[in-house]
Amino acid sequence: MMARVIGRAGLLAMAWLALVGAAPIRLITQLSQARIDINTSFRGAELLVFGAIQYPRGAVPDAPPDIAVVVRGPAAPVTVRQKTRVAGIWVNARGVRFESVPGFYAVASTRPIDALADDRITAIYEIGIRNLQLSPASGADEATTRAFEAGLVSIRERAGLFAERPGGVAVTRGVLYSARIALPAAVPVGDYTAEIHLVGKGRVLASTSTGFAIGKSGFERWVYVMAQQHSLAYGLAAVAAALLAGGMAALVTRRRW
Amino acid sequence: MDIYLPIAEMSVNALVILVLGGVVGFLSGMFGVGGGFLTTPLLIFYGIPPAVAVASSATQITGASVSGALAYWERGQVDVKMGGVLVAGGVVGAGFGQVIFRLLQDFGQIDVVISLIYVLFLSVIGTLMLRDALAALLARRAGRLVPTRRMRHLPWVAALPWPMRFPRSGLYISPLAPLALGAAVGVLTVIMGIGGGFIMVPAMVYVLGMRAQAVVGTSLFQIIFVTATTTLLHATASQTVDIVLALLLLVGGVTGAQVGVRAAQKLSPDRLRLVLALIVLGVAVRLFIGLTWTPAEPFALFGGQ
Repeated sequence: MMARVIGRAGLLAMAWLALVGAAPIRLITQLSQARIDINTSFRGAELLVFGAIQYPRGAVPDAPPDIAVVVRGPAAPVTVRQKTRVAGIWVNARGVRFESVPGFYAVASTRPIDALADDRITAIYEIGIRNLQLSPASGADEATTRAFEAGLVSIRERAGLFAERPGGVAVTRGVLYSARIALPAAVPVGDYTAEIHLVGKGRVLASTSTGFAIGKSGFERWVYVMAQQHSLAYGLAAVAAALLAGGMAALVTRRRW
Repeated sequence: MDIYLPIAEMSVNALVILVLGGVVGFLSGMFGVGGGFLTTPLLIFYGIPPAVAVASSATQITGASVSGALAYWERGQVDVKMGGVLVAGGVVGAGFGQVIFRLLQDFGQIDVVISLIYVLFLSVIGTLMLRDALAALLARRAGRLVPTRRMRHLPWVAALPWPMRFPRSGLYISPLAPLALGAAVGVLTVIMGIGGGFIMVPAMVYVLGMRAQAVVGTSLFQIIFVTATTTLLHATASQTVDIVLALLLLVGGVTGAQVGVRAAQKLSPDRLRLVLALIVLGVAVRLFIGLTWTPAEPFALFGGQ
């Protein structure tokens, strides 16, 4: 009974494929780590995104499609303020608030993003830093918003938190792909996603998404959680630690001022 | 040797922080000042977020003041009554300072204001120190005795109501004056991450007219309590106390102070004061440049809220 149902479904699928003319291409993805720990010696990390392109009936085309790997971190609101001179001193003046700015955003692709697909497609899939939907709060005019957005992007790029790496994806024999994404020491903690898009003839042929987490671990995590959730106890402990360290120093050195 | 700071959320070179603490400790051992007014700006130059630099510097000062305070305590040179009044004022001032700190953070101006206040204070104090040191050096060269200032409290201090006796300090004055002084320094402790000894000590001598022997011990006594309160305020209100950073600074500072104390005994005190004055002015100039030169980056980011 079961076998007949499956068999019939298979027949139907084959009939559908014959009508449409192509089976869907599938992407298989694996990440080097499901979780990245920030510990005392954390100096940044490298995430390896790799996998295979599964063509229908294993027929690898002569011109293999392109791959774009998009890694993004947790989104948070950010206010961008412009420095303005007031009485000779640079102060942080008016600001534009962006509601959802990913704490980390990196794109690696086989070719420059412009060469992958037209603007409409890259915008829909948010491939490329300029295609990010940062949701600026209404109020400022468009030119101002664009200028502030450029300021935000340039600061994040310099910190290594926004990155575009054309040519950062290697494809072997048209089937296996891999990309290395550099995560700087300043990456925010939280839930991340790695999206892999297969792009051919200006269209996105297949996409997959895999999640991973970046979190503080061990001592770092303990200190951070204490500071956030038990802030009074943490403050008291900090004072006690400072007094203890100072007292021990006084004992060791027996110094007289 | 890189180490990740859990609260500052950045990777720093532990050796740089130790050396930084050591240099400030060396200076404080040499000159008998707390050195908080150098720690905070140097941490900011290194790239630590200003709010974290200020809060952690306050924690470090608590520890750094303990050994000095104990030494003065053993010699009976701490006026607990006067210290208590100063601490009471300091706690009120710290609470008030915290409100200001929070407001400035919300308006995204905290880094500008911290730098500005530092420029103001460091340039005034550096200039005064430079003037004193130069005058002393010149007087010595001319073979004259250095004139000592008379220590008597100001007339308006004597006119305040409800005078009290402070036997250790040799004073009969109204507690309102030390209360106000403590409060003023408390505000600065929270906003600047300093112990405030470099303001407190001259004020105790020239404004309150305290007996010289009790001044430094009492100042250290009040610094411990007010910086501890400041740590608690920053820890609960803005979660900016980085204990790892504070302890690193403390280790470097304690070591540096030992070297500083020894070095001070081999060098002439007037030269030392001249050097300190120049260092203070140098930091002020560096901060001033940061405030007035066209920044390479015209935008600044503020997260959250």
